[in-house]
Amino acid sequence: MSANKTITTAPSLADIGGPRQPLITAKDLTCHFPVRAGILAPKKVVRAVDGIDFTIAKGETLGVVGESGCGKSTTARLLIGLVPITGGKIIYDGQELNADLSLRDLRRGVQMVFQDSFASLNPRMTIEETIAFGPKVNGVPQAEALAIARDLLDRIGLDPARFAGRYPHELSGGQRQRVNIGRALAMRPRLLILDEAVSALDKSVEAQVLNLLEDLRRDFDLTYMFISHDLNVVRFISDRLMVMYLGEVVEVGPAEALYHKQAHPYTAALFSAMPSMDPDARTQVPPLAGDPPNPIDPPSGCRFHTRCPLAKSVCSSLKPRAITLNEGHQVACHLHDPASGYEEVAA
Amino acid sequence: MSALVEIEDLTVRFSGERTVHALNGVSLSVEKGEVVALLGESGSGKSVTLKSLMQLLPGKRTKIGGKIAFDGRDVLKLKGRELANFRGPEVAMIFQDPSLALDPVYAIGTQIAETVMRHEGLSRPDANARALDMLKRVRIPSPERRLSNYPHEMSGGMRQRAMIALALACGPRLLLADEPTTALDATVQMQVLLLLRELQQEMGMSVIFVTHDIGVAVEIADRVAVMYAGTIVETGTIAEIIKDPRHPYTKGLLAANLHGAVKGARLDAIPGAPPTLEEPPTSCPFAPRCPVAMAACHAARPPLISKGPGRAVACILEAESVL
Amino acid sequence: MTYTATSTSTALEVPAAPTVGYWAGVWRRLRRDPVSLICAAILLALIFCAIFAPWLGFADPYTGSMIARLKPIGTPGHILGTDELGRDMLARLIYGGRLTLFLGITPVVAAFVIGTSLGLIAGYVGGWVNSMIMRVTDIFFAFPSVLLAIAISGALGAGVVNSLVSLTIVFIPPITRVAESVTASVRKLDYVDAARASGAGNFTIVRVQVLGNVLGPIFVYATSLTSVCMIISAGLSFLGLGVKPPEPEWGLMLNTLRTAIYINPWVAALPGMMIFITSLCLNLLSDGLRSAMNVRQ
Repeated sequence: MSANKTITTAPSLADIGGPRQPLITAKDLTCHFPVRAGILAPKKVVRAVDGIDFTIAKGETLGVVGESGCGKSTTARLLIGLVPITGGKIIYDGQELNADLSLRDLRRGVQMVFQDSFASLNPRMTIEETIAFGPKVNGVPQAEALAIARDLLDRIGLDPARFAGRYPHELSGGQRQRVNIGRALAMRPRLLILDEAVSALDKSVEAQVLNLLEDLRRDFDLTYMFISHDLNVVRFISDRLMVMYLGEVVEVGPAEALYHKQAHPYTAALFSAMPSMDPDARTQVPPLAGDPPNPIDPPSGCRFHTRCPLAKSVCSSLKPRAITLNEGHQVACHLHDPASGYEEVAA
Repeated sequence: MSALVEIEDLTVRFSGERTVHALNGVSLSVEKGEVVALLGESGSGKSVTLKSLMQLLPGKRTKIGGKIAFDGRDVLKLKGRELANFRGPEVAMIFQDPSLALDPVYAIGTQIAETVMRHEGLSRPDANARALDMLKRVRIPSPERRLSNYPHEMSGGMRQRAMIALALACGPRLLLADEPTTALDATVQMQVLLLLRELQQEMGMSVIFVTHDIGVAVEIADRVAVMYAGTIVETGTIAEIIKDPRHPYTKGLLAANLHGAVKGARLDAIPGAPPTLEEPPTSCPFAPRCPVAMAACHAARPPLISKGPGRAVACILEAESVL
Repeated sequence: MTYTATSTSTALEVPAAPTVGYWAGVWRRLRRDPVSLICAAILLALIFCAIFAPWLGFADPYTGSMIARLKPIGTPGHILGTDELGRDMLARLIYGGRLTLFLGITPVVAAFVIGTSLGLIAGYVGGWVNSMIMRVTDIFFAFPSVLLAIAISGALGAGVVNSLVSLTIVFIPPITRVAESVTASVRKLDYVDAARASGAGNFTIVRVQVLGNVLGPIFVYATSLTSVCMIISAGLSFLGLGVKPPEPEWGLMLNTLRTAIYINPWVAALPGMMIFITSLCLNLLSDGLRSAMNVRQ
């Protein structure tokens, strides 16, 4: 079985800027949703993603973590054009979306796997048809599209002879998620966004799919954006980690370094909320009090100050800026900003 | 110490469009004041075990065999009034989704008060006082104000706490917890786990805690029963399970948790998927996925081999090591 | 670069049951539902008789006999008796089925086509298009369907075509509403997003991904409307707004036999029985279809 039996869908976007140019650059990316409680209620705005900057280098895996409402899924949907951009830029391999690159072209380079393996497959289509759909709407003839689908089924570990004609409800959760991965790959993307793609799977099946993702990354030269709430999984798969809180990025850094030492108090809380795995050293103190606040009316200043154990007066008034600690490690916290007026640092 | 719950050879079969042998001979005992985690993946029968304890399975399509004794009483024979008095004061249940337990049209305080009035015959003012006390005990901030809140006015973590308050209002001797922290955010999950641990010690109740997450079991359980395909494959204290897993499935689960896995390394994944249980297992149900399966494993179901008090493994490899 | 499927990345999972298509699954579930099967059989028999009535050797439904008026059930030569003009009841009921079923089914089919299109547009496009379509629908909902049908028929004048038109108008709003809500819920599903992400246009998405998943529920709902439609059309005939005598139609027959209720109640009740049985069968069948089409079980 050779990977050189190339898949001849619409050719993937050719590399432009070389390996040094990030595959994705997001600048001040913003997404606000208007919401209304009732007809007469005043319009409010959910600040789902509020001015975030990040890059994803070619071939790397960027892990994105954060609690519900932190904007990680919205960020993913922004990158693939499923929600409208309120402000900011997305730059794909040096080309700016809507300026140098159409949304249609961007979607050939970026694909996504959703969390709910059942809801993301059309119950009336066989899995072969589902995978062939993307190439077909991009002009690949029916027979060829089906050949692509069968080849991909083989690559994702589902024997085409047995599975091609099956319907989603005839598959297990793990198999369905493999199909979703195959469907995304049929577009020959360079960036694959995995939005909690393994979270709903049983642990033993999750491990199989993670192995598959590793194989596919190598074979298809993929770049991953891996969104998950499970820090063990994120650590295993990611090169770099991006931590989000209420629509903002609070910390970005190399995964392994961040795993051992966290600069932002929120990142530290997230990591200490991981179960200890040692019955003799159980967690004794909850890492944080309360739930994450509502992104409709985010707290002023540093959005984390309402739950932060280290918050001082400056945190509620001044929005922290991103400080570079080491090469590739950035944190948005007054604690690390000598100019912020956070007393401990000033002293 | 005497067992509060004694489950003996419990079998549950669902009929319908497809027959599913959900439980195939589960035996488990829970001591007074003990926290036992049922650990397993979807379809392993852990929730079914809980539901049969509460008689929550659909009667028409379910065939239950075996025995469940609660403090000497046969739970499966309870009916009507007895069952109503059993649920609540004796055994209470909390769920992954609080909307299963909380009524959306009543305020939290009212729901708790009504429950204690019905079960303990308290007067309205006493019941209201109990409701307030319960909200304090589950550490809901500004509990006086929260009494009049409706479930939809609370955040996810608060709703979970309110559900716990409702379940514990009548001081049950056994709490059944069906993945109560699974849908919560990481930081909130840990808050709720610590709260449950404290309340369990304060009230001295027994807990059966169903989870698929071995990390959660570590945080909460004294003892663990690992379930697979409607059977218990291994039991032991949490330390024994974590540090000295004997059943190949338990070992696989621990590896799949990725705790401390090295980036880029190939995971030792358990291949395949659990059986569909359309037939009751006649051989070791894990054998088709087991890396060390032998001919004998495919021939007959392995016995549950006792390895000391509260420790047992359903694997023939264990029998040989004894011989 | 070679890629070998290692055992860990291959999903060697349960050999599931042989592939069954969606409709094959529906049929398999329906087959185990005796109530639906009986209802379907009755309806098919009625439709068969209605279509082939002239060739089945029934008496002439228009020829009466002054001496054989209002004969009771079981009269030799007239198994179900005769009506007030001495016409054979069995023949009239069978022939009446032609018009009644036609009047019951045609408006629903027309409303199904129009309502589904409107609902699909409203549900898929959303925004102000949705508001416009749905608010207009709401206006129609302000009137009870019977009154609305009577009002429109009254305005258009009596006659078969006019009652078809009025009934169609009556049934467009409910079907639109159901179609809209089903479409809106399907549209939110991830597979529609995935299709958008693969660059498919809206028309393709609706045709390939949405339509197949919304038609079923709308169809089931429309089936249940057929019985309502039959009853209303019978009502229109009863009021003299629909079919005119001497055409046999169940509602009209009920009307003309009304005076005979004291003389021969059983015969007078027969058209009502037919309406009752047919609508009951339609309702039970649509219930059966609804549960048979539920994939997640």
